Amino acid sequence: MAYPESFRYTKEHEWIEVDGKTAKIGITDYAQNSLGDIVFVELPKIGSTLEKNKVFGSVESVKSVSDLFAPASGTVTAVNEELATAPEKINTDAHTAWILTLELSEPSEIGSLLSAEDYQKYIAEEGAH
Amino acid sequence: MSSAATAPVLRKTALNSTHRHLGAKMVDFGGWDMPVEYSGLVAEHMAVRTGVGVFDVSHMGDIQLRGPSSLAAVQRISMNDASKLAVGQAHYSALLYPQGTFVDDVIVHKLSENDYLLVINAGTREKDVDWVRSQIGAMPGVHVSDYSDYYTQLAIQGPRAAETLAKLTNADLSTIKNYWFTWATVCGLANTMIARTGYTGEDGFEIYVPSDEPTSVRVWNEVLEAGREFGILPCGLGARNTLRLEASMALYGHEISEEITVFDAGLDRYCKLEKGPFVGAEALNKIKAEGGPKRRLVGLEVIERGIARDGYGVFDDEGKQIGYVTSGSPSPFLKKNIAMAYVPLDFSAVDTEVVVQCRSNAVRAKVVGLPFYKKPKKQS
Repeated sequence: MAYPESFRYTKEHEWIEVDGKTAKIGITDYAQNSLGDIVFVELPKIGSTLEKNKVFGSVESVKSVSDLFAPASGTVTAVNEELATAPEKINTDAHTAWILTLELSEPSEIGSLLSAEDYQKYIAEEGAH
Repeated sequence: MSSAATAPVLRKTALNSTHRHLGAKMVDFGGWDMPVEYSGLVAEHMAVRTGVGVFDVSHMGDIQLRGPSSLAAVQRISMNDASKLAVGQAHYSALLYPQGTFVDDVIVHKLSENDYLLVINAGTREKDVDWVRSQIGAMPGVHVSDYSDYYTQLAIQGPRAAETLAKLTNADLSTIKNYWFTWATVCGLANTMIARTGYTGEDGFEIYVPSDEPTSVRVWNEVLEAGREFGILPCGLGARNTLRLEASMALYGHEISEEITVFDAGLDRYCKLEKGPFVGAEALNKIKAEGGPKRRLVGLEVIERGIARDGYGVFDDEGKQIGYVTSGSPSPFLKKNIAMAYVPLDFSAVDTEVVVQCRSNAVRAKVVGLPFYKKPKKQS
């Protein structure tokens, strides 16, 4: 599975695709693979605010539950309603199955996130443990 | 358990490399490096419910008690009545502490008049062996052996398990009833033990072959080949857990432990207090005389949106904690969120509603009868 160069990544395995002041957020292929069959995505409400590094929801698979951490701060402008009925879309293609879109409040925060290359190095080390 | 600073040295079964080649996700289970899933938990679960699946369960332990006093020893250390077993028959039982709580649950097999095999859990292997030795002590006429490392144990489970195994053995499998076993040639290996036992709620067999790697790998591959036409999948501990949960079978460290009595766990029917003295019987008789257990293991079906998991609190409508979840998961076959939990007796009636605190969400659930899943009766 390719990790798009246009995304930035967190060590908690979220991706963010920034377009000016707006951004799309999802979880990485590595994350979906670790979770296994995803059955439930807990989404925040449209209009709620996210704070970088703070929990904004969770993803549950049959075997475990994982918190979602905000890669950046901002206001939720849309959530992917498809995931309410078909959360397994994240397993099928984690990098197109976005979770929410965000109006960024601090676009400079993106600078501290991992590039595709750095993220892949990071998960290679994780997998080795 | 190990500290985070030092990675534990995990034990491996003879099939460890095979699992890795198959792309299994591996996990530390009771000190063993075991496959949690291969193709995916739900697919593996459904293969066992509708076709056939195979599990490497070589991490399980095997204690053998031999000698003229072996029956007396088994009777002393386990709660079921082993005098009722015929040669070639097995039953579910448990090793108990004097207070009537669990050392472990076991399957007792009667190999011959003076020879019994106890199959025990992986995570409790050393503890169980030490316990058995300590209880039998210097009892004359019984010899305790730990054969755990001598066998690769495979569980072939599902409605097509018999057809799969039939291709590999000269045994007439139709003559082996549930919880009976025999010895036959399997994959060319003479005197292989075949037991009609399992931990999935389906028909199935557990076979015991020598634990050297070439033999283990050859048998594993032959089983996969034999089951190919039935869509066999190698299955990991993830599916093993959801299958046993649907069938509401106990798991050590969850439904049963050294804190939980036989009566709490609702395993009374395997506990034969009338058979004569055994370790734990006195305490259980006392509990019985004093009106029985105060809590009960129940099945829960989550009514609202949420997944109840191990350790989550169970509350009444006033917000008072009344119990806790021992195991819980989405049920792949029933398509519901199910759990087992300990609650006080007055909350144990079917249809009683309770609240489960699923992380930040309080979610309603109702008590349902166990098991959640029962395999369909054979169409004759």
